[in-house]
Amino acid sequence: MISEARVEAAVETTSAPRHIALVRVTHWINVLSVIGLLVSGTGILVSHPRLYWGETGSLETPSLIDLPVPFIIGPSVWMRPYHFFFAWILVLTGMTYVAGSFITQHFRKDLLPAKADFSWNRIAGVVSEALMWKGPDADAASTYNVVQRLTYLAIVFGLFPAILWTGLAMSFGMTAVFPILATALGGHQSARTLHFVCVVLLLLFVFVHILMVYLAGFWRSVRAMITGYVPQGGKIR
Amino acid sequence: MSQILARRSFLSAGLATAASASGIGAAVYFADRYGLIPPDHAGIVGVGETLTYAAQRLLTSGHSLAREFKRSDISKVATVNGPHPTDETYLALLADRFKNWRLSVEGLVARPASFSLEELQRLPAESHITLHACEQGWSYIAEWTGVRLATVLDLVGTRPESRYVVFEPFPNPNQGRTVVRSLFESIDMADALHPQTLLAYGMNGEALPADYGAPLRARVARQLGWKNTKYLSRIVITDRRDYYRKKNGTWYGGI
Repeated sequence: MISEARVEAAVETTSAPRHIALVRVTHWINVLSVIGLLVSGTGILVSHPRLYWGETGSLETPSLIDLPVPFIIGPSVWMRPYHFFFAWILVLTGMTYVAGSFITQHFRKDLLPAKADFSWNRIAGVVSEALMWKGPDADAASTYNVVQRLTYLAIVFGLFPAILWTGLAMSFGMTAVFPILATALGGHQSARTLHFVCVVLLLLFVFVHILMVYLAGFWRSVRAMITGYVPQGGKIR
Repeated sequence: MSQILARRSFLSAGLATAASASGIGAAVYFADRYGLIPPDHAGIVGVGETLTYAAQRLLTSGHSLAREFKRSDISKVATVNGPHPTDETYLALLADRFKNWRLSVEGLVARPASFSLEELQRLPAESHITLHACEQGWSYIAEWTGVRLATVLDLVGTRPESRYVVFEPFPNPNQGRTVVRSLFESIDMADALHPQTLLAYGMNGEALPADYGAPLRARVARQLGWKNTKYLSRIVITDRRDYYRKKNGTWYGGI
């Protein structure tokens, strides 16, 4: 008599993993470093929660955005080293992920949309299903739909590089070597503002991402991202 | 069979560990030799500090210049962060326009010396219009006039083993919790000898105002505001990484 668990285990080890090890490991390191960056970044931001456009800005000049939070001086000093610590983890993990994804063809196989999917009809279909709070069916759960693919590509090749760029553009050492880092963005304070805007966009992505994970079955999805395998044959939700 | 495999994987794991350990060891040795390890390299966050500093020093080893601006870019208002000391010693010097003030330059130098403000002003002067940004987030552009720190270091003759230049301000007995700018700082020789690093006694075409650091402040154009020590009274050249150590926060301000 073979128990159900053993059958499931056998299925799991013979079928292809939902997520390859590279994706699983870098995903969770990424989660930890983004949390570290958000906490330390907030500590830095609240020492002067005012954003400007151009090269300079201070309490004596007009602002672009006045964030409705109090000025708290102090955390920016001791939290800054943590910000750079997690930034290095994010960058090194990101480089590993991108290099590894080219080698394993993760981008081509899992993220590049098929030509047939690359139409407004398909995209509109996916969006309308999501808006009706429908989780994916079993087939769809084993792959990414076109909107997911485009979003993940935009985050990997658009948003994260933008966060890195706007961060580096605030560095006096870096702009001494590459002035264009800051000048192309409109100046030092513009870079700081855009760094903040990028983080807001990242938070928006994280919010929708977690919502979608919930729709697809939270523990199923989390388990797939940890072990690599989705329980076979079970109901999706 | 499985035993052989286990032994083989044990051996290769051991070899890999030994290789990466000696790789890290060699990297640390060369990093230290080429001055790529900052004073605050210890601990978990020290890893990040070291990577940032080393990466920047490898990139900026040439004399890359901080961005300079046009006269029309100079900010109309420059933020004061921590007004000048209000103890009797400083106020007496200020009242006398710093006639009795002297900057002492000592440590690993062939000819320790002290300079009056006039003596510093007789040395070749330079002006740079650069960005001054506080780590908190505010910033302004100003024109700074002064003598290159490199010129002064050349006069006193720094010894080859010199690694850091420490800026010591006037003691500020009335310094409250919110007044934090009158603090020790240190920079490495790469920034100390950098052509834009000034001992500044002038700001926006006038004598350096008291609240901005009179009589003399450091201007380290490739680093953030906190490295630009105000109210200088002493400069020490040292080879000791632990001569000056920040209690918290980041040592390298080129970030």
